[in-house]
Amino acid sequence: MSKPSLELARAALLTPAGLSESDLESVLGQMLGRSIDHADMYFQSSRHESWMLENGIVKEGSHNIEQGVGVRAISGEKTGFAYSDEIQLPALAQAAKTARVIAAGGHEGKLKAWSTRDGQQLYLPDDPLVSLGADAKVALLKAADAEARRIDPRVTQVIATLSGVHEVILVAATDGTLAGDVRPLVRMNVSVIVEQDGRREQGSAGGGGRVDFSYFLDQDRGLGFAREAVRQALVNLDAEDAPAGNMQVVLGPGWPGVLLHEAVGHGLEGDFNRKGSSVFSDRIGQQVASKLCTVVDDGAMVNRRGSLNIDDEGIPSGRNVLIENGILKGYMQDKLNARLMKMPVTGNGRRESYSHLPMPRMTNTYMQPGEHNPAEIIAAVENGLYAVNFGGGQVDITSGKFVFSTSEAYLIEKGKVTRPVKGATLIGNGPEVMQRITMVGNDLSLDAGVGVCGKEGQSVPVGVGQPTLLVDGLTVGGTRS
Amino acid sequence: MAKLMAQNTTARAAYDLDQLKQLVGDILQQAKDLGATSAEAGVNSEAGFSVTVRMGEVETIEYNRDKGLGVTVYFGQRKGSASTTDFRPHAVSETVRAAVDIARYTAEDEYAGLADPALMARDIPDLQLYQPWDITPDAAVEMAKECEAAAFAVDKRLHNSEGAYIATHSGARVYGNSNGFVGGYPSSRHSLGCTMIGRENDEMQRDHWYSLSRNPAGLEAAVSVGQKAAQRTVERLSARKIQTGKLPVIFSAEAARGLLGHFIRAINGSALYRKSSFLLDSLGQAIFPDFIEIQEQPHLLQGLGSSPFDSEGVSTRERRIIEAGVLQGYVLDSYAARHLGMQTTGNAGGVHNLSINHQAADLDALLRQMDKGILVTEVMGQGVNIVTGDYSRGAGGFWVEGGEIQYPIEEFTLAGNLRQMYRGLQAVAGDVDRRGNLLTGSWLIDEMTIAGD
Repeated sequence: MSKPSLELARAALLTPAGLSESDLESVLGQMLGRSIDHADMYFQSSRHESWMLENGIVKEGSHNIEQGVGVRAISGEKTGFAYSDEIQLPALAQAAKTARVIAAGGHEGKLKAWSTRDGQQLYLPDDPLVSLGADAKVALLKAADAEARRIDPRVTQVIATLSGVHEVILVAATDGTLAGDVRPLVRMNVSVIVEQDGRREQGSAGGGGRVDFSYFLDQDRGLGFAREAVRQALVNLDAEDAPAGNMQVVLGPGWPGVLLHEAVGHGLEGDFNRKGSSVFSDRIGQQVASKLCTVVDDGAMVNRRGSLNIDDEGIPSGRNVLIENGILKGYMQDKLNARLMKMPVTGNGRRESYSHLPMPRMTNTYMQPGEHNPAEIIAAVENGLYAVNFGGGQVDITSGKFVFSTSEAYLIEKGKVTRPVKGATLIGNGPEVMQRITMVGNDLSLDAGVGVCGKEGQSVPVGVGQPTLLVDGLTVGGTRS
Repeated sequence: MAKLMAQNTTARAAYDLDQLKQLVGDILQQAKDLGATSAEAGVNSEAGFSVTVRMGEVETIEYNRDKGLGVTVYFGQRKGSASTTDFRPHAVSETVRAAVDIARYTAEDEYAGLADPALMARDIPDLQLYQPWDITPDAAVEMAKECEAAAFAVDKRLHNSEGAYIATHSGARVYGNSNGFVGGYPSSRHSLGCTMIGRENDEMQRDHWYSLSRNPAGLEAAVSVGQKAAQRTVERLSARKIQTGKLPVIFSAEAARGLLGHFIRAINGSALYRKSSFLLDSLGQAIFPDFIEIQEQPHLLQGLGSSPFDSEGVSTRERRIIEAGVLQGYVLDSYAARHLGMQTTGNAGGVHNLSINHQAADLDALLRQMDKGILVTEVMGQGVNIVTGDYSRGAGGFWVEGGEIQYPIEEFTLAGNLRQMYRGLQAVAGDVDRRGNLLTGSWLIDEMTIAGD
């Protein structure tokens, strides 16, 4: 909770509406008077800009402005919630009145004095949208298009997109929280179609983070996405049918960490565990993965897409060990679930916007590196699959079944990576698959900054990462049985 | 509904069609004043609430009130877009200006522009899409409690719940453009659902059931929704794995909706002009067997996908998309249509109530027709490649033998290619799932690769 961020948030959200901190105190105070355990207000303003290139021209651009305030009142396990897109005292008071209808029992709470602390600054509180002129944004997309077409004449389509968000939030709560954050987020993506002898395949690459647009010019990153998209598409032109059945699978480093997000991440979110609906419920202290696995959720990584100086409840984000040497250590929590489970908050309370309720969510989730060289891991497989790129995944946290779908994969034959195979979905049971991780590489990397996580209709940006891993048995959903 | 409004965050009605039309008019005028050669704008406003109940207690009461406006301006063949949720005059002006600023940097696009004025909806039929629900949050809480209680009463293995919910929303949308078209209409949506968790031998399973309708009278009874959620959960307990192999597959009506959805994505204009579809240049080709008909009916009264005009103001029309298995038309907006040298099909924003004919009476008849194979009731993941038609997804369902369901199965994948799956469609059942825009019963596909143990 750096003071400068709070000052900026006050200036952006409260000052234009003529709202003072005593106004916030009085609204919160009225809510507490109704036997509410906790109440908070979340002010948000965001500006989003995007540009899209297709057929060699930047043909679309859009600009979106959104702002509002969400008011929440909690009584025991009950939550009342209302919001307004007008940041004005009367609308705020009305939303507060609506939210507190939830109160029935609960005990008398007390409004605590504001507590503001100097906090972390994982990213600069600047507006990324103005970091590059419109001409330069257009030029960047055109350069990516030219690069993709230059590399290979089989490229028939290039779609390149550039988007940025400048978001300012302020949280005020009855527990004394008064915190603000200014969150830049940029993203670039290039997807291509290649064509050869009537066969078409696609490839896609991108990245970004809580930085400004110059990130895509540095080290030619934007052009790098174009090259990577073309490379993937060309690999897929040669892909054969994928195998079907249970086999050894080597997962590459970085984005394949979507495995962890699905196989364990969601299942360790506090809400599911409080309700006993997760396959990991009541398993703290137990062995839930092989001893080689240490899994961390870290919202405090510099400039990362999933990072937050403070979460959406004003709690500083941090590094939380979820699984250590295979033993389940803890869950990811928001204030509501931490209180009901009598556990510490972890800075994982996130929400899509002021019009959504916060809940426990991941930030950047990854596995610590092990000791094996990636080449040794591949050499250890007689016949299997080497999967290096994925689309996305999904999990049923109750049964533990999860899937993730490859977009670039190869056969491993006699310890060597041989031919590329078509995209296939991999399916397994989270705790079982984690127990079958028998080799962990020394090449930890995080994804390039492309992840979007959806839960109960709310999307938030996240990061994933892992070193190369060997899973000794996973079901591969190809067509060749 | 009126009662709810009085206690909502602001004391206005959910919408005022004339006010929204006035706003669209203002936006178009401002765009013109800033030099735009043409412009279009859409606004929407919606309000409602939702309640969730879990383990017999209220969990959340959420009041929703959402609105938004979007504008696209054209300077010749260059365009720019902007949107906001803030309807105050200065915010609206800023938004129009933002769109104009963007149009200074976008390139000339020969296909850009408004839809042909001759195609605009001339009269706007009342499709009875606005059927407000006069229910208080307290009454909704009682109904959700009743739903969850009915679920728990079904089986003692149901030890836990993710809760039951009721949601009700209504509002209006207005679209207008500088060719003189302005149209709008109100609509509503109500839903009721329940998710249960069961346990047997250390294994947990969950499943759900829901009802969705424009008209509260069209919602399934709360007790029935709870009981179905419960039955579906209990039926999944003690699921087994299966062997890898090739087998016939029935997609339940819910799962089959996805297959119809992939077909629509593959014949969508944007996928076609980008040459990113496995159904490129397939007009006049047999995509399905000759007994299959697929039609679009945008004007079904109270239909979840009904709309008198599309998101460019183009009048929507009933049509056959598949006739005797053969593709009759694509799904186009005016932009994609110009790219392809065709005319818009009134599908800017998507299709409107798509349905497929059926050959088998119900799911039981389809199970008998299959005799041995698998019934898929749930698919997971994103393994559908529209460029190639390659399909590989996680699934759960039931083992079928002797034309009857034997036991639940899980942790397997289904793989094939959509082109072959559509050609291999053996029959569709009459157990139509009406909870959406794509209306279909269960599908029997001749053969897919199943990967399991």
